[in-house]
Amino acid sequence: MNETENVYDALAEADHEGRWAYGAGFDESVVEVTAPAPAGVDRDDLAAYCLMLADDALVASQRLSEWSTNAPELEEEVALANIALDLLGQARVLLSRAGHLGAAERFRTTTMAPALSDEDVLAYFRDDRFFRSVTLAEMDLGDFARTMAWIVVYSSWRLALMTGLRGLSDPVLAAVAAKAVPELAYQREYAAGWVVRLGDGTEYSHERMQAGFDAVWPFTEELFLAHPVETRLVEAGVAVDPTSLRASLDADLAQLLPVATLSRPERPAVGLVGGRGGRDGVHTEALGRMLAIMQSLARAHPDATW
Amino acid sequence: MSTLWDVASEVTDPEMPMLTLADLGVLRSVDQQDGRITATITPTYAGCPALDAMRDDLTARLAEFGEVEVRVSLTPPWTTDLISDEGRRKLAEAGVAPPAHIGPRAVGPVPLTLLAPPARVTCPRCGSPDTEELSRFGPTACTALRRCPACREPFEHMKDI
Repeated sequence: MNETENVYDALAEADHEGRWAYGAGFDESVVEVTAPAPAGVDRDDLAAYCLMLADDALVASQRLSEWSTNAPELEEEVALANIALDLLGQARVLLSRAGHLGAAERFRTTTMAPALSDEDVLAYFRDDRFFRSVTLAEMDLGDFARTMAWIVVYSSWRLALMTGLRGLSDPVLAAVAAKAVPELAYQREYAAGWVVRLGDGTEYSHERMQAGFDAVWPFTEELFLAHPVETRLVEAGVAVDPTSLRASLDADLAQLLPVATLSRPERPAVGLVGGRGGRDGVHTEALGRMLAIMQSLARAHPDATW
Repeated sequence: MSTLWDVASEVTDPEMPMLTLADLGVLRSVDQQDGRITATITPTYAGCPALDAMRDDLTARLAEFGEVEVRVSLTPPWTTDLISDEGRRKLAEAGVAPPAHIGPRAVGPVPLTLLAPPARVTCPRCGSPDTEELSRFGPTACTALRRCPACREPFEHMKDI
């Protein structure tokens, strides 16, 4: 423990032994993380895939965290923070796994404390063009109705992905997926409840709920595109084919939207840039603004401990 | 070996101190080899923020018996079915409705239960079977908030997950 009178001095005090201020650093002791890549699986591909799934969760988690102190009711604030925490938990293990497979090394600099964990290096010291999350994860959530539409789409898609991943052969991905499935199902149920209440509520709440789905819709097309890394890993038996996930989201919306008296959005997809999207590090400007806030403290005090 | 397990299993959960880590099903194993103690725990939720506190508490309690390493394992995943009968009794005594037994999980897709009747949870204070949900998410990752119209008391329910 640092004994200083000024909290900022304490944060900046670098003894490299204390706990780093921004993560809890338990990655070395999550036993599954250190398993070798399954036989026949390319290590770099697997690391990239772990980063994709980690960044989807990390970026979405940060977005949801922005509701803290801003939600319409205390109960919803707690709910959104809880969902953010679940996703952060998924992100942390996946970032550690990506780091164990070598993904963090290129982002380490000589000025960083050697004890800085892989997950912290990857979360705080990567620029937006190195994030491999889908652009849905980074979109501005705007109002509460749009956030509920966003959670329904995001959790429905990720639930289908994790359900498939559960039975595949990478021990870390399978373990993360097995934990994630009931959590995502719970989140989807929560948001679907609000979609029904708002959609089948007043004329005004109905309009806002429909506008929420309309705003989210252009980002859904990218969820079902297979990146070459994913295609290779599907063949190796450790990844889920994104093109197979569309039916789950369609089924959930076919069940939910009529009950909520909403219509299925028909808006053109946000286009890829030269065939490249979030999975290649080509993001909307929303991600840069978000990361500027998320990473600023860690970058200002790279050696901070507490 | 049973001694070390007994010592470790007395460590309580940081957020629900009426339960021990053993009651909760979070403590997986305690082994000793060449004086080195390895305790393995599993998180309740993927993002459970209490994990570090659990590790510190376990380390402190076991330190007098040797060098301690606390490992975290995600496999098999924790579910509320792992909470012991003793743990369920302690939860109810403390005013937290224990989770229902879920049993083996389906391996296929999880359907949206939009139109399914809401789960029935008995009030831990007055025993009334008709309680209502206030919020699906409570003060910790494990709990939801409910209210009992009979005794008019709010209470926490440990989510069935």
